[in-house]
Amino acid sequence: MKLNLTSNIYKLLPLAVTTLLFVPILALVISAFSIDDSGSFTHLIDTVLMDYSINTLLLIVAVICFSFIFAMPVAWFIACCDFPGRTILQWALMLPLALPPYIVAIVYTDLLDYSGPVQQLLRSMMGWQQMSDYYFPDIRTLFGAAVILSLALYPYLYLLLRGAFLGQSGGLFQAARSLGLSPVQAFFRVSLPLSRSALAVGISLIAMETLGDFATVNYFAVSTLTTAVYDTWLQLGSLTTAAKISSLMLLILVILISLENYSRRKQKIYQRSGATYTELRFKLTGWKKWSVMGYAWLLLFCAFILPLAILCYYAWHYFAESLTDELWRYTQNSFYLAMIVATIALIIALVVNFYQRLSPGFAAKSCIRLSSLGYAVPGTVVAIAVLIPFTKVDLWLNELLVNYGFSQIGLFFSGSLFILVVGYLVRFSAIAVGSIDSSLAQVSPSLDQASRSLGQSAAQTIRRINLPLIRKGMLTAFILVLIEAMKELPTALLLRPFNFETLATYVYQFVSDEMIEYAALPALLIVLMGLLPFIIVNRLLEKSS
Amino acid sequence: MKKLLLSTSLFTALTTSVIADEVNIYSFRQPFLIDPILAKFTEQTGIKVNLLFAKDGLVERIKREGVLSPADIVLTADFNRLMALNEAQLTQAVDSKVLNENIPSYYRDTNNQWFALSTRVRNIYSSSERVGPVPNITYQDLATPAFKGKVCMRSGKHPYNVSLIASMIAHDGEANTKTWLEGLKANLARKPQGNDRAQVKAVKDGVCDYALGNNYYLGKMLEDPKQVSWAEAVSINFPNQKTTGSHVNATGVVLVKYAPNKNNAIKLMEFLSTDAAQQMYAEGNYEYPVKEGVQPSKLVASWGTFTADKLPLSDLAKYHATAIKLLDEVKFDL
Repeated sequence: MKLNLTSNIYKLLPLAVTTLLFVPILALVISAFSIDDSGSFTHLIDTVLMDYSINTLLLIVAVICFSFIFAMPVAWFIACCDFPGRTILQWALMLPLALPPYIVAIVYTDLLDYSGPVQQLLRSMMGWQQMSDYYFPDIRTLFGAAVILSLALYPYLYLLLRGAFLGQSGGLFQAARSLGLSPVQAFFRVSLPLSRSALAVGISLIAMETLGDFATVNYFAVSTLTTAVYDTWLQLGSLTTAAKISSLMLLILVILISLENYSRRKQKIYQRSGATYTELRFKLTGWKKWSVMGYAWLLLFCAFILPLAILCYYAWHYFAESLTDELWRYTQNSFYLAMIVATIALIIALVVNFYQRLSPGFAAKSCIRLSSLGYAVPGTVVAIAVLIPFTKVDLWLNELLVNYGFSQIGLFFSGSLFILVVGYLVRFSAIAVGSIDSSLAQVSPSLDQASRSLGQSAAQTIRRINLPLIRKGMLTAFILVLIEAMKELPTALLLRPFNFETLATYVYQFVSDEMIEYAALPALLIVLMGLLPFIIVNRLLEKSS
Repeated sequence: MKKLLLSTSLFTALTTSVIADEVNIYSFRQPFLIDPILAKFTEQTGIKVNLLFAKDGLVERIKREGVLSPADIVLTADFNRLMALNEAQLTQAVDSKVLNENIPSYYRDTNNQWFALSTRVRNIYSSSERVGPVPNITYQDLATPAFKGKVCMRSGKHPYNVSLIASMIAHDGEANTKTWLEGLKANLARKPQGNDRAQVKAVKDGVCDYALGNNYYLGKMLEDPKQVSWAEAVSINFPNQKTTGSHVNATGVVLVKYAPNKNNAIKLMEFLSTDAAQQMYAEGNYEYPVKEGVQPSKLVASWGTFTADKLPLSDLAKYHATAIKLLDEVKFDL
């Protein structure tokens, strides 16, 4: 009997959490099929849908390319080479994650547009008088948006690739070298293919985040499919058309991810014991050392140090105006919310991933895919999608209570912090699921088999073998979700209860009026609150290894 | 069960308001703009004001929340949102002598479903240095060849611009407005971007000579130590003075259909129409008060008097969807 119960729980739990995360998306897809007499979808097809689609595609491809160019070299050099400052860069290169991309966008626009200090300096140095006297690339373009998004998102790829490179057995690389391949050849023919799983997870995270972004592209005046969703929904009031476009975006994403999965269906890579790169790091010298260091520090400077310094400058000059009584309360709100979301997201990720490990198959695969879909949906759309089922539940619940002679309890789920947490989970569980997936993928099943053959139960195996082996992956998943939740804006804006501000929503009311100076201090707090746990965890990890 | 009920009620108490002396606002207007007015209301009446600000999606949220929505009133930053709420049947009529006396009939619904609280003009700013004031300028001028490469504006899809375009459709018809939009797009110095302040900045920088922008931004910029130089670089013009009058948009308020604190909500709505609150709209936000007899701020008054477009506000809503479709057809923002 007990066995039955546990086995039922183990099957029901993953289904339950997947349902929680997928129902809102499903509600959205369903409303895409309801009757729409506004004709706005055909209108879109006739006019701008093609342009929006091309822009979206170009943007995603560009962001993936730039992120790869930024992340791949540093990931490899840090995993496999030794050079001065490596230990600092190793974790510092993750820091840009803590900066909200829309803030970086504003900071760079201020810096690089016509009246910004860079062009002013150029003008005064070269004696140019006006715009037509010289050429300077416009930052408010698709290209600019792609660069800024990549600066904000490359750490995902960096983190996953570095992990993969570190986990790879160095022997393979050595074997490739001894068979006559140059280090570069060995990298492209052995190391990179071996990291394909991490590469795929990283790229799909970046693609999803790009697809779901609205604030940054909107700021850069780039019209994407997300723009179409916003226009049709919030301006023309057609939920159906907006849902159709969102569903279309999701469909494309599902197809791409499935294709990638299909293409490596027979590929299985596990970490083996023995020498890893840690012992075999190349010691870089001469120009190689300098160029690697230059590249890594330049990347860190552009993606983190410079925007942060500018924020600090603004915060310093507007300190008195920005330091309000509420600031501390908003900081706490943001932080507690992010902690709760990160904890639950981690649990969800473990549940669906272990379900997949213990009973691989279509059901488990579906759980992983479906629970991750929300990441690609823009925050505002997620917010409404979450409202659809939960307001229904609330209305139903109240009716039930009234029927049984109780008084109404109001919007129990959809009017409280509950829905905010669910909204965040729908949006960010993908990050946790992806991180756990990729770290669990490197734990060979032969370990599980050995443990089971020695008489350990599945639960004992998870507890004593798997969990300790993916501890790093778990911490990473937790921190990544925490940082994302600290930054999240649109979901919070629309789902928060009365008088509940997060730092991000507080920042927004200034940023939306281009008053970045007033937003600088709370924006710095977002960064700081995301970074503190990150640094603490990193210290713990370094100590333990 | 008892424990469950207790925790339930605690949870609800935290989130929705059932206490009598409260009023809940869903606001499209930024808190820092309206907080002083609301604080004054609380000070006078002792009624606590709960505020939820978002720029998008609030209408959809109220729709979803249905009968259980905690929202009592909605404050909007443009007129079309008022109409959207009305059309979605999310509002209810307010029969208030105070409101009817304070707000001229032009600025409220015939069925008392919505009330405008302040108005703002869509001005054309011109570079003081390169152009100087242009008192006879029209919106139509901006699409003529003489303005080629000289015009800046924010996204055509922004509610302020959509309303302007809707008013053009009402006056000139759809076909002419489309031609106008094509001409305007061809005249833009750069792709539509940024907000109204950014356009004034662009004029200062010499990117363009003319910019579309609401009047109150100029006042706000003159207050800001960093932006004052932008504001000083432009002259403010009231367009279409010899023709249809300048396009005016309105901020406003509705009482939500299922408002749980209806009495308090009406008290607040009435307060917003009184001299004291209208004065604060005028002084603090540089908007034009709707109540007759309340003067605009000194600064706003110094920009001169003007003839406003007398188009019924409901026409703006009527052509809203057409305006967006035209914007798509000419690929205005692309």
